[in-house]
Amino acid sequence: MDGDHAACEGALAAGCRFVAGYPITPSTEVVERFAQRIPLIGGVFIQMEDEIASSIAILGAVWAGRKAMTVTSGPGLSLMMEHVGLAAITETPCVFVDVQRGGPSTGLPTLPGQADMMQARWGSHGDYEPIALSPNSPQECFDLMITAFNLAEVYRVPVFFMMDEVVGHMTERVVIPDASAIEVVERRWTRKPPSEYRPYAADGDLVPEMVKAGDGYRIHITGLTHDEKGYPAMNPAGQKRMVERLVAKIRNNREKLIDVRGEHLDDAEIVVVSFGITSRVAGPAIEEARRQGLKVGHLRLVITWPFPTSVIRQLAPRVKAFVVPELNMGQMVLEVERAAAGKTRAISVPHAGGTVHEPAEILARIQEAVR
Amino acid sequence: MSDLLVTKGCPTETCAPAALNLQLQNPVMPYLRQERIPHIWCPGCGIGTTVNCFARALEESGLNMDKVAIVSGIGCTGRVAGYMNLDSFHTTHGRPIPFATGLKLANPELKVVVYSGDGDLFAIGGNHFFHAARRNMDIMVVCVNNHTYGMTGGQVAPTTPIGATLTTMPFGNFEDAFNLPFVADACGAVYVARWTVYHVKQLARAMKEGLAKKGFVFIEAMAPCPTLYSRRNKLGDGVDQLKYFKEKSVIKHGANTKDVGLTFQGEIVVGKFVDRERPTWLDSMNEHFAKYFGDKYQRYGGDHA
Repeated sequence: MDGDHAACEGALAAGCRFVAGYPITPSTEVVERFAQRIPLIGGVFIQMEDEIASSIAILGAVWAGRKAMTVTSGPGLSLMMEHVGLAAITETPCVFVDVQRGGPSTGLPTLPGQADMMQARWGSHGDYEPIALSPNSPQECFDLMITAFNLAEVYRVPVFFMMDEVVGHMTERVVIPDASAIEVVERRWTRKPPSEYRPYAADGDLVPEMVKAGDGYRIHITGLTHDEKGYPAMNPAGQKRMVERLVAKIRNNREKLIDVRGEHLDDAEIVVVSFGITSRVAGPAIEEARRQGLKVGHLRLVITWPFPTSVIRQLAPRVKAFVVPELNMGQMVLEVERAAAGKTRAISVPHAGGTVHEPAEILARIQEAVR
Repeated sequence: MSDLLVTKGCPTETCAPAALNLQLQNPVMPYLRQERIPHIWCPGCGIGTTVNCFARALEESGLNMDKVAIVSGIGCTGRVAGYMNLDSFHTTHGRPIPFATGLKLANPELKVVVYSGDGDLFAIGGNHFFHAARRNMDIMVVCVNNHTYGMTGGQVAPTTPIGATLTTMPFGNFEDAFNLPFVADACGAVYVARWTVYHVKQLARAMKEGLAKKGFVFIEAMAPCPTLYSRRNKLGDGVDQLKYFKEKSVIKHGANTKDVGLTFQGEIVVGKFVDRERPTWLDSMNEHFAKYFGDKYQRYGGDHA
């Protein structure tokens, strides 16, 4: 099964029953499979008039009680940014799948890129903290998609599923476990009666309980700065209270939200930091370097946002350099550099996209870094 | 005071309690979020009048208010959702229709109303309007048309008639305006009506009919914007605009929507222009899949958790 199809199956396994999308290469297979599968499962697929509509239709579906996602690629993601922000401020759990291709603009529709990483983090205006995951295989497209939906429910944030053209179109064996073996997080519905319920009142974990339209709560949900009742509170105090909580509910859980996979880190002098498809290409380069006697480790970022700052910070004082290959002109390397905070170097291995790195390019930078 | 009412106005016993109730509570109040009043609208603005009509339509609709949701976009009319005592959503500029689409399809038991302004629905949101009408999405769209962008200070809108002056057409508008009922009709709406805020009874009745109608319903409610549109165009205040609505309106039920375009301070054709049947998107989906999959297909819609 290819990554696009596996991503769809992962969403279904996670309980996603509503998808709104707009055709765009190389992501369309995800929604095509959903359209094929959903009638007999029970749910809705609708092809909307554009990505703007798709990205807000899913928010409507979530407020009616469903789990929902939309699927796109770079140009579509640019259009969806409006509703990434609305999802963030209204705390609507949802998943945005981005099968990345080369950009900017129409760029390379059929060829891979990883150049939307900063857009996923910062693309919509204002302060908010999204979550992003970067699968590197069809199996992970299935497994991590379930994680993506679960994290969306736990933190009530938009979650980005950052695939790329190669992962999307790569065919590998995918093991789909029995439904009973899959952990699915359900929405945190309130048990409070309407008279006591306030949509944006949060306890210690800063994540409010949810209700859906039609249950008699008569909620008001707005994209304006709002108070605990959900009513507009457009003043510095209201803004402070709301934005600080929106940011803190993720920042306070940064350590919990670390998902990295390490290899040969114990003796590593050089650590290659990678994510998504680039981690598959970095593997052979690291093996070859180790064959040559170089002490090279591999740190793969599975959750890319929030960035695992503390992991880099711990490694930084004892490594000679981080080497960061990515299919962009240097995005996540900036985060590595920030986290390393001058304790060691962060060496970028940029690539404009359209294909993946040659392992030799990464090896060459590792060899340089050792010297 | 109650004694006065009973003895003076109501000779029979039966009408006395009704008179008392009037004193105690305006019938539209239960439909408003009273803690959010006063509203933000200017004196003479017509939006509040449309809300009054909408509340009366809700009152008479017989619908369970827990199952009615209202969705607004951005702008002066965009604030309507925030004042209604319903599940209410104040979304992004131009996008209430696709939000409402998701809401309706995810829980078909809901009656979903989109309430927004002409700029929101027909400039930035135009594409969504066309396609929701084409699909016959089962939602009612109320468009308060005041010919301008009020919230941002009176700029030209896709509904501004030629000749009106706006901040971004300081020498007078030279762009053609949309004829909204014609657009709605052409795109496939099953119910299309236009009234002004002078026609409160008719507007409330149209909204009531719209709430009972299945499919994509479009109601244009013309309203004055005295602060920005009327003043800049030397048209007087809200009352003067109501006089204009009264004097220049012509009721033509069933009029060809092609012929109901508006001109600057010209004749206003009002009435119910379209009332027809078409299967909704969801009904079409269910029927199609039932035919295609046979017994394997379970009708979608009544199973909402």
